[in-house]
Amino acid sequence: MLDLTTRYLGLQLRTPLVASASPLSQEISSIRQLEDAGASAVVLYSLFEEQLKQESLELDFYLSAGTESFAESLSYFPEASEYHLGPDDYLEHIRKAKAAVQIPIVASLNGSSVGGWIQYATQIEEAGADALECNIYWVVTDPNLSSAEVEQHYLDIVQAVKTAVHIPVAIKLSPFFSNFANMAQRIDAAGADALVLFNRFYQPDVDLETLSIAPHVLLSTPQAMRLPLTWIGVLHGRVKAALAATGGIHGAEDVIKLLMVGSDVTMLCSTLLRNGINHLRSIEQGVRQWMEAHEYESVQQMRGSMSQQRCPDPSAFERAQYMKAVKGPQYIATATR
Amino acid sequence: MRKFKTMDGNEAVASVAYRVNEVIAIYPITPSSNMGEWADQWASEGKLNIWGTVPQVTEMQSEGGAAGAIHGALQTGALATTFTASQGLLLMIPNMNKIAGELTPTAFHVSARTIATHALSIFGDHSDVMFCRTTGYALLSSNSVQEAMDLALIAHSASLETRIPFLHFFDGFRTSHEVNKIEVLDDDDLRAMINMDRVFEHRQRALSPDHPVLRGTAQNPDVFFQMRETINPIYDAAPEIVQATMDKFAKLVGRSYHLFDYVGAPDAERVIVMMGSGAEAAHETVEALTARGEKIGLLKVRLYRPFSVKHFAAALPASVKKIAVLDRCKEAGAAGEPLYLDIVNALHESKRRSIEVIGGRYGLSSKEFTPAMVKAVYDNLNAPAPKNHFTVGINDDLGHTSLTYDPSFSTEPDSVVRAQFYGLGADGTVGANKNSIKIIGENTPNYGQGYFVYDSKKSGAVTTSHLRFGPNPIRSTYLVSKANFVACHQWIFLERYDMLSALVDGGTFLLNSPFGADETWDKLPRTVQKQLIAKKARLFVIDAYTVARDTGMGSRMNTILQVCFFAISKILPGDEAIEAIRKSIRDTYGRKGEDVVAKNMQAVDETLAHLHEVKVPATVTSTLEIAEPFPTTAPNFDRNVLGIIYENRGDELPVSAFPNDGTFPTGTAKWEKRNLALEIPVWDTKICIQCGKCAMVCPHSVIRIKVFDSKELASAPPTFKSTDARDKEFAGMKLSIQVAPEDCTGCAICVDICPVKNKQETRLRAINMEPQPPLRIPERDNWNFFLKIPELDRRNIKVGNIRQQQIQEPLFEFSGACSGCGETPYLKLMSQLFGDRALVANATGCSSIYGGNLPTTPWTKNSDGRGPVWSNSLFEDNAEFGLGFRLSIDKQTEFARELVKRCNGQLGDELINGLLNSPQKDEADIYDQRQRVAQLKDKLKNATSPEAKQLLQLADMLVKKSVWIVGGDGWAYDIGYGGLDHVIASGKNVNLLVLDTEVYSNTGGQQSKATPRAAVAKFAAGGKPGGKKDLGMMAMAYGNVYVASVAMGAKDEHTLKAFLEAEAYDGPSIIIAYAHCIAHGIDMTTGMQDQKAAVDSGEWLLYRYNPDRVAAGENPLALDSRTPTRKVQDFMQMETRFKMLTKSNPEHAKILWAEAQHDAEARFKFYEYLASRKLTNKPELVVK
Repeated sequence: MLDLTTRYLGLQLRTPLVASASPLSQEISSIRQLEDAGASAVVLYSLFEEQLKQESLELDFYLSAGTESFAESLSYFPEASEYHLGPDDYLEHIRKAKAAVQIPIVASLNGSSVGGWIQYATQIEEAGADALECNIYWVVTDPNLSSAEVEQHYLDIVQAVKTAVHIPVAIKLSPFFSNFANMAQRIDAAGADALVLFNRFYQPDVDLETLSIAPHVLLSTPQAMRLPLTWIGVLHGRVKAALAATGGIHGAEDVIKLLMVGSDVTMLCSTLLRNGINHLRSIEQGVRQWMEAHEYESVQQMRGSMSQQRCPDPSAFERAQYMKAVKGPQYIATATR
Repeated sequence: MRKFKTMDGNEAVASVAYRVNEVIAIYPITPSSNMGEWADQWASEGKLNIWGTVPQVTEMQSEGGAAGAIHGALQTGALATTFTASQGLLLMIPNMNKIAGELTPTAFHVSARTIATHALSIFGDHSDVMFCRTTGYALLSSNSVQEAMDLALIAHSASLETRIPFLHFFDGFRTSHEVNKIEVLDDDDLRAMINMDRVFEHRQRALSPDHPVLRGTAQNPDVFFQMRETINPIYDAAPEIVQATMDKFAKLVGRSYHLFDYVGAPDAERVIVMMGSGAEAAHETVEALTARGEKIGLLKVRLYRPFSVKHFAAALPASVKKIAVLDRCKEAGAAGEPLYLDIVNALHESKRRSIEVIGGRYGLSSKEFTPAMVKAVYDNLNAPAPKNHFTVGINDDLGHTSLTYDPSFSTEPDSVVRAQFYGLGADGTVGANKNSIKIIGENTPNYGQGYFVYDSKKSGAVTTSHLRFGPNPIRSTYLVSKANFVACHQWIFLERYDMLSALVDGGTFLLNSPFGADETWDKLPRTVQKQLIAKKARLFVIDAYTVARDTGMGSRMNTILQVCFFAISKILPGDEAIEAIRKSIRDTYGRKGEDVVAKNMQAVDETLAHLHEVKVPATVTSTLEIAEPFPTTAPNFDRNVLGIIYENRGDELPVSAFPNDGTFPTGTAKWEKRNLALEIPVWDTKICIQCGKCAMVCPHSVIRIKVFDSKELASAPPTFKSTDARDKEFAGMKLSIQVAPEDCTGCAICVDICPVKNKQETRLRAINMEPQPPLRIPERDNWNFFLKIPELDRRNIKVGNIRQQQIQEPLFEFSGACSGCGETPYLKLMSQLFGDRALVANATGCSSIYGGNLPTTPWTKNSDGRGPVWSNSLFEDNAEFGLGFRLSIDKQTEFARELVKRCNGQLGDELINGLLNSPQKDEADIYDQRQRVAQLKDKLKNATSPEAKQLLQLADMLVKKSVWIVGGDGWAYDIGYGGLDHVIASGKNVNLLVLDTEVYSNTGGQQSKATPRAAVAKFAAGGKPGGKKDLGMMAMAYGNVYVASVAMGAKDEHTLKAFLEAEAYDGPSIIIAYAHCIAHGIDMTTGMQDQKAAVDSGEWLLYRYNPDRVAAGENPLALDSRTPTRKVQDFMQMETRFKMLTKSNPEHAKILWAEAQHDAEARFKFYEYLASRKLTNKPELVVK
């Protein structure tokens, strides 16, 4: 009997296959389908801090625009006695999701300021989420802000959220730090229960027809999993926090590779959007078949077996190996193909 | 325990009416709309009446409809009410006669407003109420906000007791919109005053098939008269019952009212009799003058009908020798105004015939009525031969009716703090002041009063707030004229208004200055410096612009300036004031989110650090003089009358200054240089493709295009721009796009629509916004030069092509519409195409306000002196009014043609043939016909025959006229629909232009039948549950009506084509034009994108139904919209009117949004089906 169970954020999960934050969790019916297809937990779509702020400011702006100017039309809208601003809908969604499925529900909060986090994190905990994933999404464009300040801001958020809530907290990060390993260690020390590697920064596109900068979200490619693979491999055994891999996980072999470098869970999104929720089934089946074929008994057995600390050649994760790779004939062949 | 609250008269009345009724029928009309809005909002929130049920609140299609619905509701046993004013009240009169004739208890609440005569006025007087004297309604008058609440209850209570319906009225704006601290009647008070036995009797009289009766018969001469007299005992008993009701109220609440309330000396010899808010100013004056020993008094009439001579006589002191009766209305041709005649009669019948009685008029259309005027009335009574039928408050140098008065006379006690604030609508000044009154009312034992004066513009509107605070209830129902505190919230006002004449010596002036404490003094105009020195004023300066910008408040400086007021005035101790402001911020903005609260809180913190006192120097240093309002090039009338009104000094104009029939010149908006725009568009000649779109969408006609000979440039100012015209027809000529820098409102809609992007810097277009101040002078010179360049001959312009058509001169310019208005581009287009031969009948609404509200009008003339002629009749009758134009013109044209034939001997065959047979299809034809008419006039100028003289008068009728019937959706879909339907069925050649904003925009965004499903609007606070009425489909059903549905922002060429086809069609045409609107809660800069999204999603269809196509065997309907490419929700997400429902009621929003999608899909499929049908009918089946 294969044992696929894993522990993540203090939760015992049936398999390491977790649905990551995506539009798939916007409907309760889809969350049910994810459970049916074998997701061991669902990270809900993200609550965007700025969006809430924006909505609130916009509502105030447009409801007051043009008011108290002209004697016949001192206002243009009825005043509602209350507005469902802020995270009300999201919190309700957590409650409904919890009631609808047995698997753990991890809420996701996307933002970059300290203030918003504490307020929303507390409300998310109260709404019944099993854990919270904080997606610290901060594209720093201010050239006057030092790396040290940026890093401290991350740590402040982690500490603030950890102080505010009792549920486990995962921190989703980007890899764009001068020394990511150091950053990961400090976030670990600040109390993060898990590191989710990595979020993908939105990168705009140019629309050549309209000569405008167009928002264009791309689904991940299989190559993207190399980045979490690298850093999870490096971090495994060096941090207390659990490690979740996300980005570019499209098939059973990707899952196995990531588990081997040290992931506690692997998170799936693009492949489910592309191939449908049921693709989760075939990935799980693929993992099982591979483990059976290679006589692995449990996920626990393979986890971290190929991490930097445990693999036969630790330098393979570092610069020496890179030099070998870029100089080697296989690279040239790939590059010119 | 009753609570004190700060509210306006409308809220006070609605609060009672809502709680003691079950059915409420509403319809928007200023200044009563707010009462209906409150009722609708409370119902949508599930607020209960005193019997624990939510009243049924229903919007009707007109006030006539509301009255009919109330009549029906009352007849079937419900307790029912409605709210209205002015023309709306007139529309209710037929039903009111019925309701009273059937002895049905109800109370209608009326914020009394002027009836339109030579002009419309939204302001207050009693001319509407006086029309109801013969309806049989009891007429009950309230004079203040507190009284309006109290007497609203007494009206309902007394109506049930007497069975006579009540019209409870209070002065529009002065009471309906005055904010005051009052004691609020609680539910127990209401329950105690409503006699349930009477309610049950009302129920038992209800029409019911369970105990059937017949009511509403037709009667003949034999019995009608007798039956009319059966009601006398009811009316005879009513005054006593009303007094008993007032006494019961007094016992319960402590405030005592009488049918006639007397105040003043018990031994008064001179008495004023009056009713309404003016009586409070009189009351204040009487108290001041009797304290000086004057034997005067005031009799306030509360129950005007049924008029009780007995109670009147009892209330009047025996010592009275002379009475002046003041009427707030004018009854032209009468022996006297209504109240005056009633008092004359009452004195006669009460045998007090020795009292001398005179009558006078005051306060029409909210004209100020002050203690100084009251004193003048008493002084007049003292004269040996008092002036009768006098006026007070104006200078009647024509009929010499007016009493002179001393404006410096004041009765305001020093214990009252008086403040004036000048702000822009957009900066939040009024909102801040309303808040301040609330704060003071709630945090101190002081009473507070606020009254707000708005100008007639919708963009860059100036507001003046008049605030009073004091230890006693405030009766001063007039503007603050002696202020301890004056605040100027916008620097630009310094060069426009005299704000300091109202400041008392030693008073405080707060100025929002962008120049800082050190520089401000030297930047002030000379007169302002002089006044500050002379008055020994204290000057405080804040740079609220910077504080607002830095704290994310944008243009709204309300919180900042409120903090300044409290900090300087010290009405509350410093910390207490700040804490109260903070609490108020939380109360006001809390539900809109923490971030909104936070930015306001930050503004509070930042303000005190930026507020500085500037020591007023002893000497005047400035050389800056305030300019004349209008330039010297303006005609005398424009300068000396309209210019004075523009300066806020219209009160100073005498009667003789005005025309006696309401006629004014056009082409006057151009004199107002309002300099509203912080940024104006600047043309990039190098990349412009000369498409004309910027000019087409410009809502204020400030972007103009001319094509001209290069020799015109010889005297061009140095920065004047031109380039080679690109069209091959204009080869060798120059083209200029010029902006009117001082008329632009800075909406930037032109930049948004520009299709060109700069290749080096893609953020730039071929027209870009740049700061106005450095451009003001050079661009003013360029504009003036541009105006002198001759217009291109209209015959050389291809009108079917926007890039050429936009060269046509607009004859609608610089309106006061909202910045970025979606309606005005359509009017401008019409004026360009047909303006020199157009007559415009304009329904009341936004377009009649920005089109015809004094001082100026945007409708203008070309260099030949031709241009649109414009008139507004009413709201409900506009289609008929316009049809009248057509019938008149057609008849006169027909007669002129007959006369041409009869004058054949003097005109010659060639001219006659030309005149009678010109097709007049295009500009060249029109030009030729005008030449012929000129010839005709020349030939007939010395003719003496009666026919020739008549023909000379009618000759212009031989040139084709274009009749345009313009209005909004409230008119076309609702109140005016019956007339519209009849007019399009008439087959006559009229063009109806429906500016469809999908709400009653002018009265503040109430839903109409044009409002789409799911939109939140006033009267549809919970989101409109029903779909939009398909007016176009209804019009098409006639078969012989040209119908087009257009949206300029979606397809401008289509709009142009529709206008050309509609006008060319020899029959009725209707264009339904989508107009984005500030009432949609959108970014007005990108309003055209909203239009496009509406069309792309199928929410709005583009089509043209042209009956002329049938003759060619074609389907008359051309669906010009493509299959929707976006979801309706993509469009709805762009607009607050839809989005706010997702915040106020998310579950309901989901349902309505899904239904809205279905609406759009079903409508598109249906139109697609209709447009794809092959015609089998023969052309002759078309009816013309």
